[in-house]
Amino acid sequence: MNKVIKYVIIDILRNKIVVAYTIFLFIISFSVFSLEDNTAKGLLSLLNLILFIVPLVSIIFSTIYIYNSSEFIELLLSQPLKRKQIWLSLFSGLSVSMAFAYLIGTGIPLLIFEPSELGIIMVIIGCLLSIIFVAIAMLAAVSTRDKAKGIGVAILLWLYFALIFDGLVLFLLFQFEDYPLEKVMMLISAFNPIDLSRILILMQLDVSALMGYTGAVFKDFFGTGIGFIVALLTLLLWVYIPLLLSLRKFKRKDL
Amino acid sequence: MIEAKNISKSFGKLKALDSVSISCNSGECIALIGPNGSGKTTFIKSVLGLVVPDSGEILFNKKNITNDWKYRSQIGYMPQIGRYPDNMTIGQLIKMMKDIRKMDADNSDEELIHNFQLEKIFDKRMRTLSGGTRQKVSAALAFLFNPVVLILDEPTAGLDPVASEILKEKIIKEKQKGKLILITSHVLSELDDLISQLIYMQDGKLIVHKSIEELRTLTKEQKLSKAIAKLMIQSAGNE
Amino acid sequence: MLILLFSFLLFTEARAAILKVGLHDSFHTIQAAIEHSNTGDTIIVESGIYYEHNLVINKSLTLLGKNQPILDGEHKFEIVSIKANRVLFDGFKLRHSGIATMTDPAGIKIYNVRNVTISNNVLDDTFFGIYTQNGKCCTIKNNSLKASGKEEQEIGNGIHCWKCDSMQITGNSISGHRDGIYFEFVTNSLISKNNSFGNLRYGLHFMFSNNDSYISNIFKNNGAGVAVMFTKGVKMINNTFEQNWGDASYGLLLKEISDSYILNNKFTENTTGIYMEGASRCHMQKNEFKNNGWAIKIQASCMDVTVTQNNFFGNTFDVGTNGTLVLNSFNSNYWDKYQGYDLNKDKTGDVPYRPISMFSMIIEKNPPAMILFRSIMVSLLDKTEKLIPTLTPENLKDETPLMKPLSL
Repeated sequence: MNKVIKYVIIDILRNKIVVAYTIFLFIISFSVFSLEDNTAKGLLSLLNLILFIVPLVSIIFSTIYIYNSSEFIELLLSQPLKRKQIWLSLFSGLSVSMAFAYLIGTGIPLLIFEPSELGIIMVIIGCLLSIIFVAIAMLAAVSTRDKAKGIGVAILLWLYFALIFDGLVLFLLFQFEDYPLEKVMMLISAFNPIDLSRILILMQLDVSALMGYTGAVFKDFFGTGIGFIVALLTLLLWVYIPLLLSLRKFKRKDL
Repeated sequence: MIEAKNISKSFGKLKALDSVSISCNSGECIALIGPNGSGKTTFIKSVLGLVVPDSGEILFNKKNITNDWKYRSQIGYMPQIGRYPDNMTIGQLIKMMKDIRKMDADNSDEELIHNFQLEKIFDKRMRTLSGGTRQKVSAALAFLFNPVVLILDEPTAGLDPVASEILKEKIIKEKQKGKLILITSHVLSELDDLISQLIYMQDGKLIVHKSIEELRTLTKEQKLSKAIAKLMIQSAGNE
Repeated sequence: MLILLFSFLLFTEARAAILKVGLHDSFHTIQAAIEHSNTGDTIIVESGIYYEHNLVINKSLTLLGKNQPILDGEHKFEIVSIKANRVLFDGFKLRHSGIATMTDPAGIKIYNVRNVTISNNVLDDTFFGIYTQNGKCCTIKNNSLKASGKEEQEIGNGIHCWKCDSMQITGNSISGHRDGIYFEFVTNSLISKNNSFGNLRYGLHFMFSNNDSYISNIFKNNGAGVAVMFTKGVKMINNTFEQNWGDASYGLLLKEISDSYILNNKFTENTTGIYMEGASRCHMQKNEFKNNGWAIKIQASCMDVTVTQNNFFGNTFDVGTNGTLVLNSFNSNYWDKYQGYDLNKDKTGDVPYRPISMFSMIIEKNPPAMILFRSIMVSLLDKTEKLIPTLTPENLKDETPLMKPLSL
């Protein structure tokens, strides 16, 4: 198992895109903090980076990588290795690489400029989002044989989670304006890892505004230790479920 | 050694394998022939577990291969088109394969690496290699682990005559050790002096599985290529 | 003239006696000392615990506590009642007053008198703290009041003034009461340098009290912040409003306020910094709004409010409103969210700043939408809204936003 992960990681590192991504994150993160006159504004810019760029790079890179590794996968499959082992190794390799890139690129500047609870939460959430979108990418890649189609699906999925989902939620909010939707909203947010991550960070960032009535409902849940753990576990489910589905598909896939 | 029972596989509407039953024993060198798209590669991939059949079962040493993976340690596979991670060098590739198969220098068979003189180009990356060199690497990898079964998909396609000869000698040598060798090819003359049995497939169906002797008596042709040509005409006539 | 005054002072001094109260002194209870005293006498009370039931001061006396003697109300009585002019009450510790919602017992209650000074006392667990009704020219200075009620109805206000004039409330620290400082029908008074925190309702509750000033106070973490209502001519200068969290909690609530000044205050980490309803002719200048949910919520019922030369940093929303009618002006403020440019180098931005974001309007209509805050879609909506205002009031804008924060 570990051997395969090792070769996947070596292969990804040779790819140089991950290195470029790390440097990109690093430059952006550092400049965001040094250009803005206060850290709070830097954090806001960084929030967009985490919620927008990190999932995008994670899903696109992973999808392309899986398609480009079809040779490698084929080679491994003709060896005495379990399919599960190969797939999980690919996942681990990609996750470690993406999370590590984020950790170096954004985590370090973040912890230098914001060595607080918020900083740590942003680091954890960025890593989790990286991994979640690796898992989603693997599901997208295993579901479609055609590379162009697969990448298209990945981009659509990202667009859905980053943008369309929120549009739908806003639409729903106005359609059912007369009903108390606070609790429902919390449930709905569980269906989008980006939203859930955003809310967790919001709890730290906009604490004053969130003490308003509606906000207080969210705060009462996500702000508590249990709520936070539930949210983190939900994010972990977002890793586990796509991964499990992709694994089941991969086990039956013809190469 | 390998026994396929009524395996079928469809890719969409295309029926790649249609209830094929084949039994292969060790010590044999079997040629798997047929026109393009006849299901040869699908059959081989099924044996390797790369393709999961829709129905039927494949036994390896009398054990069902579904959900099994250990049996593959006894198979050396040389694919039709060897595709390898682009960024790896030949040396790294071979090292990695040894690593994955937990091989060390003592029990690995590096004869082909040596004879193909691959050591000289160990630091070349896979993407820079010509088709022929790739084939050499594929062949070297297939034999590297001293497997009991060798599955060679179009082994000599793209190889220069010298390399082709080296490979043929190696195949004969391994056959004499009592290994089961499965070769697909459509360059018939190449196989003449190697094979002991012949499987002919067409449109996903098994048409003929006979030993060379049987074949020769049946078609009354001494030359294998001619015998096969006759066979093809016969089967075409039957349709 | 001077000699005359001096001799008058000497004369009164000569008349004044000093009575001592303590375990080893001539008087064992303060009540006894008061009974034996004459107007203008000084009573010095040694340390110890005194159970005086309801101590009534009905002569103009000076009462000085030495080493903080304790007056205990045994949870039954109003501890001190002052019913004479010119009383100085200094250096005591009062604890455990009675609790009654009809009579409103207090630690110290001042009844219809003038020129009373209450200073340097500690009040612990009293129902009301220092209660003045119908007082005039009284000074309440450097006292520390602490209560620990859980429900609003089981606790009274810290410093409570009703129908008073020319009061001075200075340097007190008040916590755990219902309202820290309560003013109703109090005029021409000054509230300064007090620290009012952790009270259940308001840090300062201020109604029908014209022409008062409150200066350099700190209001922190009160249930609903500070409320100033139905009043005109209030000067609010150099106060700090901090961490007043909750939906109906405001750093400063202004309701039906007119002709008032809000200068040099700091509003930090409140759900809403200032909430204005029916305010008119108010002037806000040189305040700092930092890390609030909403820095200012200004309802459409306000008019002629000028907001100028203030600093806005790190607020989730700078300004919120409930309509599109704007009769107020925002000028020359520093907004950290301003993204314009200053080509002519006059230190003000060349394009106006619109402090109301579309999303703050959405939340006003649909509070649960808060869950979408800072999502990319919302940022996109806000950006488009900035280009083509549709929901937000078109004329609510700062034409001359500052490029650099003011140093305040």
